[in-house]
Amino acid sequence: MKLDARIPSGQLPDKWSSFRDHVKLLSPANKRKHTIIVVGTGLAGASAAATLAELGFTIKTFCYQDSARRAHSIAAQGGINATKNYPYDGDSVWRLFYDTIKGGDFRGREANTYRLAELSSNIIDQCVAQGVPFARDYAGYLANRSFGGALVSRTFYARGATGQQLLLGAYSALSRQVAAGAVEMHPRSDVQDIVVVDGKARGIIVRDMLTGELSAYAADAVILATGGYANVFYLSTNAKGCNTTATWRAHRRGAGFANPCYMQIHPTCIPQSGDYQSKLTLMSESLRNDGRVWVPRKKGDTRNPNDIPEEERNYYLEEKYPAYGNMVPRDVASRNAKYWCDRGYGVGPSGRGVYLDLKDAIERLGVETIRQRYGNLFDMYERITGENAYEVPMRIYPAPHYTMGGLWVDYHLMSNIPGLFVLGEANFSDHGANRLGASALMQGLADGYFIIPNTIGEYFVNERLQEVSTAAAEFKDAMADVDQRLKKLLAVNGTKTVDHFHRELGRIMWDDVGMSRNAKGLEDAIQRIGQLREQFWSDVRVPGDNNELNQELEKAARVADFLELGELIARDALAREESAGGHFREEHQTEEGEALRDDEHFQHVAVWEFTGEGKEPVRHTEPLVFEAVTPTQRSYK
Amino acid sequence: MKLTLHIWRQNGPNAKGRFVTYTHDKVNEHMSFLEMLDVLNQELIERGEEPVAFEHDCREGVCGMCGFVINGLPHGGRKGTTTCQLHMRHFSDGDELTLEPWRSAAFPVLRDLVVDRSSFDRIIQAGGFISVHTGAPPDASTLLVPKDDAELAMDYAECIGCGACVAACPNGAAMLFMSAKIAHLGMLPQGKIEADRRVRAMAEAMEKEAFGSCTNYTSCEAACPKEISISAIARMNADYRRAFLPGKPVGGGKLEKVKLLPAT
Repeated sequence: MKLDARIPSGQLPDKWSSFRDHVKLLSPANKRKHTIIVVGTGLAGASAAATLAELGFTIKTFCYQDSARRAHSIAAQGGINATKNYPYDGDSVWRLFYDTIKGGDFRGREANTYRLAELSSNIIDQCVAQGVPFARDYAGYLANRSFGGALVSRTFYARGATGQQLLLGAYSALSRQVAAGAVEMHPRSDVQDIVVVDGKARGIIVRDMLTGELSAYAADAVILATGGYANVFYLSTNAKGCNTTATWRAHRRGAGFANPCYMQIHPTCIPQSGDYQSKLTLMSESLRNDGRVWVPRKKGDTRNPNDIPEEERNYYLEEKYPAYGNMVPRDVASRNAKYWCDRGYGVGPSGRGVYLDLKDAIERLGVETIRQRYGNLFDMYERITGENAYEVPMRIYPAPHYTMGGLWVDYHLMSNIPGLFVLGEANFSDHGANRLGASALMQGLADGYFIIPNTIGEYFVNERLQEVSTAAAEFKDAMADVDQRLKKLLAVNGTKTVDHFHRELGRIMWDDVGMSRNAKGLEDAIQRIGQLREQFWSDVRVPGDNNELNQELEKAARVADFLELGELIARDALAREESAGGHFREEHQTEEGEALRDDEHFQHVAVWEFTGEGKEPVRHTEPLVFEAVTPTQRSYK
Repeated sequence: MKLTLHIWRQNGPNAKGRFVTYTHDKVNEHMSFLEMLDVLNQELIERGEEPVAFEHDCREGVCGMCGFVINGLPHGGRKGTTTCQLHMRHFSDGDELTLEPWRSAAFPVLRDLVVDRSSFDRIIQAGGFISVHTGAPPDASTLLVPKDDAELAMDYAECIGCGACVAACPNGAAMLFMSAKIAHLGMLPQGKIEADRRVRAMAEAMEKEAFGSCTNYTSCEAACPKEISISAIARMNADYRRAFLPGKPVGGGKLEKVKLLPAT
């Protein structure tokens, strides 16, 4: 597998501008001749589709929802980082870059991360121009808040619905291009496979979710902006429909899957309440700005939290990390919550919860200010738990939220399959082993608005692409594969539902491939996932037919892919004999229980190659070279 | 707790639908409404029956995908709550519930509780945007927005496009949906420039769909899970009239087809 990251030469701060100065350009007339498929309409997909259409490319966009406006970026709450330094508290491009690369435990690619920090300011300008109603102060200037893993206030926000507002901004730009005839929009379209012709990505196979009809679409390039794979856990903060099918099918067609074991377990989610639970809900990390995390000092303390006196409360993050306190990065906050719950100090009916207490902030700032900042989060908490968080502290527990791993891409955001580009959470490149808060929105929009429009053109200049038609054998074969697979799922007609298998997979992942991992558990998980996959294919029951709206069939096809990906995640976690960011191997920790990296052996990206069904995948590496920063042991004390 | 559910079942857009009654005795007060249906569906599948199709995605009340009518009220009628955020603790043992899809000519039923809301997308495509290309707009801080205006714009911008307003309206009007977007963009200085053009184009697009007209029932506001105020409709009406004041340029193309209000 050839892994050339194509990082431009020169000093780190000059790489992107020098790239743009020298990249080969396409003439407007030639842009029109090129068709690009964009899969996914979240921040990355919608912004890419809109911008590329504005530039004159012919765009076909696909999403599984009934409208492009519903992609799961919409659920992001807290905010988006940018280095505007409006609060004048010492922020700079370098500082955002450094916070991000350090937050990722020095497992991200330096040049990509720097570019992300560099573009962050443009994003805010673009979104304001689109009419995104960011929070403002009384003078009319944009307001900022702070987020975990940073000592400056660089997060822009729109109440607790920043993702929604940014997505609706991108959706409006996309809608404008749809009306202009520059984008052909295909909602309710489930992408089932990627078509590779002569080694290049040339199209996709799509299932119409209303009629079940399979169609092939050909193009000159395919962009996947299909999000992450946290739903491998069954219970996660992702939308129910979020899936890995497009990225996994691309992987099976030859795309390298990078660092699949880097997954983020978010510290501030509402604890699970029962077996029927279908998803977990996140409470924005911005609450940690004003909230204090604690557990009772006494094990199994069931008193009302308001009756527990101050001296009997263990504010464990403030005690352990005096510099960052409650604002430590997500991986650190999550592991510490697990640590105390595992030892019997957890609160709530399940004992799997810690308090997030805004009492002091309410006393200091008044209820009204807190309501303005977080009102919708308090309302949501009340709706789900029936408790009023203005009066009793919230209970929170970590939940799978985001995946830093994804398809391998180079500096151009192209995978190792020429013509297959991967944006946003679906790729692996910018966050290393842990993502800081308010940087997913930043990455999705940087990729879509500002990076891909500058990089994709050169691909068309360099490659003399032949015309392909969907009548080509590769399309017919791929279509037949998909058709056969769906028929096979319907034909099993076993005894257990798709959800049964998905929950089982989630249980294995959470227990052995979750917040804390060890070699024995991982080996065991690989075995058990393999067995579960066999059971799935021999005992799953998918009702209904292929030629209708069949939500169980949609789920079954997705879960079948998660059952393959889950095993790869475990393999990657087993092979990475170190701890880094969200990947915590119990065998590799400092005396204080922090993640212990092994830079000598693992300062690289692990890129997995699919070698065939039932065959062991092959692990390749891309060395991570740090020219501008020196990896250190992360410290938030 | 135990519930009796009368659920609208319809195999496809052209099939004849009917209510089917189910007894559900595995309901727990902590479940969300959709989780209650998940459990029912698991049972139906195990019994060899077809599960009930309903739409949902984020289950956090923001994607706008879920929603159906529960006992005559869109999203169940609980203030500021989408169906996915409605919890069973608000119901009682023995309750009888009727579940229907959004009923509106502009939202044809696709299957069971699933409807086609693509008419909303077409309204936005007609003008629900600011016509800015991606590139290098001026620094965000060069554009000041009074805090109150920004807050009000945000109130309107929170629309999730679920369609409850249309389902609640006896006329099946899409006025709250459309006006929320017009009011959001119109409150902001960067959105004012195209205000006339936007309101005309969106109104024209709406009229091409099968929505009814607004006759001030205000049931849309009561049903809106984001509690968007009907003041948006008042703003839109004012904008609409202003857009046709004598002396305003009518604009090219399809806009000229819009009927002018009589000039005074």
